[in-house]
Amino acid sequence: MAEEFEITAKMKEQIGKKSPPWTFELTTTSVRGFARGVGYTDPVYFDVEAAKAAGYRNLPAPPTYLGTPVFIPGKSSDTFSGPIEGAPRVEHGLEGLLDGGTETEYFGDLCAGDTLTVVSKLAGLDVRESRSLGKMLISTTETTYTNQDGKVIAIQRGQAIFY
Amino acid sequence: MALTWDSIQEGDALPELRKKPGVTQLVKYAAGGGDFNPLHHDYAFPQAKALGSIIVHGRFKYASLGELVSNWLGHAGRIRKLSCQYRGMDFPDKEFVLGGTVKRKWEENGEKLVEIELRAINEEGKDTTPGQAIVALLA
Repeated sequence: MAEEFEITAKMKEQIGKKSPPWTFELTTTSVRGFARGVGYTDPVYFDVEAAKAAGYRNLPAPPTYLGTPVFIPGKSSDTFSGPIEGAPRVEHGLEGLLDGGTETEYFGDLCAGDTLTVVSKLAGLDVRESRSLGKMLISTTETTYTNQDGKVIAIQRGQAIFY
Repeated sequence: MALTWDSIQEGDALPELRKKPGVTQLVKYAAGGGDFNPLHHDYAFPQAKALGSIIVHGRFKYASLGELVSNWLGHAGRIRKLSCQYRGMDFPDKEFVLGGTVKRKWEENGEKLVEIELRAINEEGKDTTPGQAIVALLA
């Protein structure tokens, strides 16, 4: 638990910096795997015919599916599976990590067969204090998903809490 | 009957969704979502030891709020925005009840929109994952 923590000028320099683009395919298998992991029983996320009957091109990505990454050894995080060269990180020395919150905006359907290109940026840093965890660093990352037609299809903002 | 914008009233409650994920379900979610933070499956992981247990992925609860909204919509609409805050930890084999209430309905740029307030209530009655959704109905 950190008694004292402050955002340094060096940390602030990282704000606004973007990751290299990372492209992945949205596949039927990954949609089914995600839907199973959440516990869906809706056939639209498992059966292509059911998806088409419901008006989709192919299996639709369930809500919050974004962030299911493609793993490539050496290029991906072993823990979170996303690109190692993800959003710029700051050296803060805090060891605890919790997820603070997530917001996703969708601008169209995401279906199996789509190809998404992802760019993350460090959107902001903030310090807060909690009674149980002490001084915490709140890091906000904004991730933009662009599909194969060049359309921004979703933007996700996530808050990581370091303590 | 497919859900329609006209049939929705402010104050309507979404059918609740009960979840009681065990370790196996969390492992399935880790595989499906790609988050292999040991805090969600390994009781020997230092952070899990310090907390006294592994904990449910925040994103599992976020996805569960998405499932609640998806089940209610029945594909008669599309989610435009979905957000939540992780205010408290949830633990394996403890039930939480996902619920939602329609807060507002309006039309904008030709879209029939509805705002829903979301929650995930644990066994102590605490909302660990308050959230919000904005959906656009197809009809």
